[in-house]
Amino acid sequence: MKLLYFAWLRTKIGTAEESVDLPAGVSDVGGLIDWLRGRGPGYADALANLAVVKVAVNQEYVGLDHPVKPGDEVALFPPVTGG
Amino acid sequence: MAVRVQREDFDIGAELGALTRGNTRIGGLTSFVGLVRDMAGGDAVGAMTLEHYPGMTERQLEAIETEARRRWPLDATLIVHRIGRLEPGDRIVLVACASAHREAAFQACHFLIDWLKTKAPFWKQEETPAGPRWVDAKSTDDDAAARWERG
Repeated sequence: MKLLYFAWLRTKIGTAEESVDLPAGVSDVGGLIDWLRGRGPGYADALANLAVVKVAVNQEYVGLDHPVKPGDEVALFPPVTGG
Repeated sequence: MAVRVQREDFDIGAELGALTRGNTRIGGLTSFVGLVRDMAGGDAVGAMTLEHYPGMTERQLEAIETEARRRWPLDATLIVHRIGRLEPGDRIVLVACASAHREAAFQACHFLIDWLKTKAPFWKQEETPAGPRWVDAKSTDDDAAARWERG
Protein backbone atom coordinates (compact mmCIF):
# COMPACT_ATOMS: atom_id res chain seq x y z
CA MET A 1 0.00 0.00 0.00
CA LYS A 2 1.02 3.61 -0.50
CA LEU A 3 1.22 5.88 2.55
CA LEU A 4 1.20 9.68 2.21
CA TYR A 5 1.92 12.28 4.89
CA PHE A 6 1.22 16.01 4.68
CA ALA A 7 2.08 19.22 6.56
CA TRP A 8 3.44 18.66 10.09
CA LEU A 9 2.81 14.91 9.93
CA ARG A 10 5.24 14.85 7.00
CA THR A 11 7.87 16.87 8.84
CA LYS A 12 7.57 14.83 12.06
CA ILE A 13 7.65 11.48 10.27
CA GLY A 14 10.40 12.69 7.97
CA THR A 15 9.03 11.48 4.65
CA ALA A 16 6.21 12.47 2.32
CA GLU A 17 5.48 9.06 0.90
CA GLU A 18 6.37 5.41 1.36
CA SER A 19 5.26 2.01 0.17
CA VAL A 20 4.67 -0.74 2.72
CA ASP A 21 3.18 -4.23 2.65
CA LEU A 22 -0.04 -4.47 4.61
CA PRO A 23 1.18 -5.67 8.02
CA ALA A 24 -0.12 -9.02 9.28
CA GLY A 25 -3.16 -8.59 11.48
CA VAL A 26 -3.97 -5.06 10.30
CA SER A 27 -7.40 -4.72 8.76
CA ASP A 28 -8.48 -1.13 9.40
CA VAL A 29 -7.15 2.42 9.65
CA GLY A 30 -6.93 2.29 13.45
CA GLY A 31 -4.83 -0.88 13.29
CA LEU A 32 -2.58 0.66 10.67
CA ILE A 33 -1.99 3.74 12.83
CA ASP A 34 -1.16 1.54 15.85
CA TRP A 35 1.38 -0.31 13.71
CA LEU A 36 2.87 2.94 12.38
CA ARG A 37 3.35 4.30 15.91
CA GLY A 38 5.72 1.41 16.56
CA ARG A 39 7.97 2.27 13.61
CA GLY A 40 9.87 5.05 15.39
CA PRO A 41 9.70 8.14 17.59
CA GLY A 42 8.79 10.42 14.66
CA TYR A 43 5.75 8.29 13.87
CA ALA A 44 4.79 8.02 17.54
CA ASP A 45 5.03 11.79 17.95
CA ALA A 46 3.09 12.56 14.76
CA LEU A 47 0.32 10.09 15.64
CA ALA A 48 0.13 10.78 19.40
CA ASN A 49 -3.11 12.75 19.25
CA LEU A 50 -5.63 11.42 16.75
CA ALA A 51 -7.94 14.38 17.42
CA VAL A 52 -5.67 16.33 15.07
CA VAL A 53 -5.09 13.61 12.47
CA LYS A 54 -7.36 13.20 9.46
CA VAL A 55 -7.30 10.08 7.32
CA ALA A 56 -8.16 9.54 3.67
CA VAL A 57 -8.23 6.15 1.97
CA ASN A 58 -8.09 6.33 -1.82
CA GLN A 59 -8.62 10.11 -1.57
CA GLU A 60 -11.86 9.96 0.47
CA TYR A 61 -12.16 10.95 4.14
CA VAL A 62 -12.68 7.91 6.38
CA GLY A 63 -12.86 7.02 10.06
CA LEU A 64 -10.57 4.79 12.11
CA ASP A 65 -12.79 1.75 11.53
CA HIS A 66 -12.51 1.99 7.73
CA PRO A 67 -10.95 -1.17 6.24
CA VAL A 68 -7.53 -1.08 4.58
CA LYS A 69 -6.31 -3.55 1.98
CA PRO A 70 -3.27 -4.08 -0.23
CA GLY A 71 -3.05 -1.47 -2.97
CA ASP A 72 -4.85 1.24 -1.00
CA GLU A 73 -3.54 4.82 -0.93
CA VAL A 74 -3.72 5.93 2.70
CA ALA A 75 -3.05 9.58 3.55
CA LEU A 76 -2.56 11.00 7.05
CA PHE A 77 -2.69 14.76 7.57
CA PRO A 78 -3.70 17.51 10.01
CA PRO A 79 -7.03 19.35 9.84
CA VAL A 80 -6.98 21.38 6.64
CA THR A 81 -6.20 25.13 6.56
CA GLY A 82 -6.76 26.29 3.00
CA GLY A 83 -8.90 29.11 1.69
CA MET B 1 -18.27 24.53 -13.44
CA ALA B 2 -14.55 24.43 -12.94
CA VAL B 3 -11.91 23.96 -10.28
CA ARG B 4 -8.23 24.79 -10.67
CA VAL B 5 -5.20 24.47 -8.39
CA GLN B 6 -2.26 26.53 -9.60
CA ARG B 7 0.94 28.30 -8.58
CA GLU B 8 0.39 31.37 -10.70
CA ASP B 9 -1.78 34.36 -9.81
CA PHE B 10 -5.20 34.86 -11.38
CA ASP B 11 -6.82 37.92 -12.95
CA ILE B 12 -10.13 38.48 -11.15
CA GLY B 13 -11.70 40.52 -13.96
CA ALA B 14 -10.71 38.05 -16.64
CA GLU B 15 -11.95 35.07 -14.59
CA LEU B 16 -15.33 36.65 -13.81
CA GLY B 17 -15.77 37.85 -17.38
CA ALA B 18 -15.11 34.38 -18.77
CA LEU B 19 -17.49 32.80 -16.26
CA THR B 20 -20.57 34.65 -17.48
CA ARG B 21 -19.69 35.24 -21.14
CA GLY B 22 -22.37 34.07 -23.54
CA ASN B 23 -25.00 33.32 -20.89
CA THR B 24 -27.54 36.13 -20.72
CA ARG B 25 -29.79 34.26 -18.24
CA ILE B 26 -27.32 35.21 -15.52
CA GLY B 27 -28.53 38.15 -13.45
CA GLY B 28 -26.16 37.92 -10.50
CA LEU B 29 -22.47 37.12 -10.11
CA THR B 30 -20.82 36.90 -6.68
CA SER B 31 -17.20 36.27 -5.81
CA PHE B 32 -14.97 35.83 -2.78
CA VAL B 33 -11.23 36.46 -2.91
CA GLY B 34 -9.00 35.32 -0.05
CA LEU B 35 -5.74 37.24 0.52
CA VAL B 36 -2.59 36.65 2.58
CA ARG B 37 -2.63 38.79 5.74
CA ASP B 38 0.52 40.28 7.23
CA MET B 39 -0.43 39.31 10.80
CA ALA B 40 -1.59 36.08 12.44
CA GLY B 41 -2.18 35.56 16.14
CA GLY B 42 -0.34 38.80 16.92
CA ASP B 43 2.79 37.81 14.97
CA ALA B 44 4.08 39.33 11.77
CA VAL B 45 3.83 36.97 8.80
CA GLY B 46 6.46 37.51 6.13
CA ALA B 47 5.07 34.89 3.77
CA MET B 48 3.28 31.59 3.72
CA THR B 49 3.62 28.39 1.77
CA LEU B 50 0.57 26.38 0.77
CA GLU B 51 0.81 22.66 0.11
CA HIS B 52 -1.96 20.30 -0.93
CA TYR B 53 -2.81 16.68 -1.72
CA PRO B 54 -2.81 16.48 -5.53
CA GLY B 55 -5.71 14.43 -6.76
CA MET B 56 -7.75 14.49 -3.56
CA THR B 57 -7.83 18.29 -3.63
CA GLU B 58 -9.45 18.39 -7.05
CA ARG B 59 -11.89 15.62 -6.10
CA GLN B 60 -12.93 17.46 -2.95
CA LEU B 61 -13.34 20.78 -4.75
CA GLU B 62 -15.44 19.13 -7.44
CA ALA B 63 -17.59 17.43 -4.78
CA ILE B 64 -18.13 20.75 -2.99
CA GLU B 65 -19.06 22.43 -6.27
CA THR B 66 -21.47 19.61 -7.14
CA GLU B 67 -23.13 20.01 -3.73
CA ALA B 68 -23.54 23.76 -4.29
CA ARG B 69 -25.19 23.16 -7.65
CA ARG B 70 -27.52 20.61 -6.05
CA ARG B 71 -28.63 23.18 -3.47
CA TRP B 72 -28.94 26.32 -5.59
CA PRO B 73 -29.89 27.07 -9.21
CA LEU B 74 -26.46 28.09 -10.49
CA ASP B 75 -25.48 28.83 -14.06
CA ALA B 76 -21.75 28.85 -13.44
CA THR B 77 -19.26 28.24 -10.64
CA LEU B 78 -15.52 28.62 -10.36
CA ILE B 79 -12.93 27.77 -7.70
CA VAL B 80 -9.29 28.75 -8.24
CA HIS B 81 -6.85 28.00 -5.38
CA ARG B 82 -3.16 28.82 -5.38
CA ILE B 83 -0.32 26.74 -3.91
CA GLY B 84 3.34 27.51 -3.24
CA ARG B 85 4.91 30.53 -1.53
CA LEU B 86 2.72 33.64 -1.21
CA GLU B 87 3.40 37.01 0.39
CA PRO B 88 1.08 39.42 2.25
CA GLY B 89 -1.40 40.95 -0.17
CA ASP B 90 -1.17 38.04 -2.59
CA ARG B 91 -4.38 36.38 -3.69
CA ILE B 92 -4.88 32.82 -2.36
CA VAL B 93 -8.31 31.75 -3.54
CA LEU B 94 -11.15 32.84 -5.82
CA VAL B 95 -14.68 31.48 -5.53
CA ALA B 96 -17.38 32.73 -7.90
CA CYS B 97 -21.02 31.83 -8.49
CA ALA B 98 -23.43 33.01 -11.17
CA SER B 99 -27.19 32.61 -11.11
CA ALA B 100 -30.35 34.19 -12.48
CA HIS B 101 -30.88 35.90 -9.13
CA ARG B 102 -28.58 37.31 -6.47
CA GLU B 103 -29.73 35.31 -3.45
CA ALA B 104 -28.63 31.94 -4.87
CA ALA B 105 -25.34 33.45 -6.00
CA PHE B 106 -24.62 35.02 -2.58
CA GLN B 107 -25.52 31.91 -0.59
CA ALA B 108 -23.68 29.47 -2.86
CA CYS B 109 -20.51 31.58 -2.78
CA HIS B 110 -20.58 31.71 1.02
CA PHE B 111 -21.22 27.96 1.18
CA LEU B 112 -18.36 27.15 -1.20
CA ILE B 113 -15.70 29.06 0.72
CA ASP B 114 -16.94 27.77 4.10
CA TRP B 115 -16.85 24.14 2.96
CA LEU B 116 -13.59 24.57 1.06
CA LYS B 117 -11.87 25.79 4.23
CA THR B 118 -12.81 22.68 6.19
CA LYS B 119 -12.79 19.96 3.52
CA ALA B 120 -10.27 20.67 0.78
CA PRO B 121 -6.82 19.27 1.67
CA PHE B 122 -4.64 22.39 1.71
CA TRP B 123 -2.22 23.35 4.51
CA LYS B 124 -0.55 26.69 5.24
CA GLN B 125 2.87 27.17 6.79
CA GLU B 126 3.63 30.74 7.89
CA GLU B 127 7.04 32.38 8.02
CA THR B 128 7.24 34.38 11.29
CA PRO B 129 10.11 36.10 13.14
CA ALA B 130 10.25 33.01 15.40
CA GLY B 131 10.56 30.68 12.41
CA PRO B 132 8.16 28.66 10.28
CA ARG B 133 4.95 27.36 11.84
CA TRP B 134 2.03 25.34 10.56
CA VAL B 135 -1.29 27.12 10.78
CA ASP B 136 -3.78 25.43 13.14
CA ALA B 137 -7.32 24.79 11.97
CA LYS B 138 -9.80 27.20 13.57
CA SER B 139 -12.93 26.06 15.37
CA THR B 140 -14.67 29.15 13.98
CA ASP B 141 -14.12 27.71 10.49
CA ASP B 142 -15.71 24.43 11.60
CA ASP B 143 -18.66 26.37 13.01
CA ALA B 144 -19.02 28.33 9.77
CA ALA B 145 -19.05 25.12 7.72
CA ALA B 146 -21.45 23.39 10.13
CA ARG B 147 -24.11 26.03 9.48
CA TRP B 148 -24.52 24.51 6.02
CA GLU B 149 -24.60 20.85 7.11
CA ARG B 150 -28.36 20.55 7.28
CA GLY B 151 -28.50 21.34 3.55
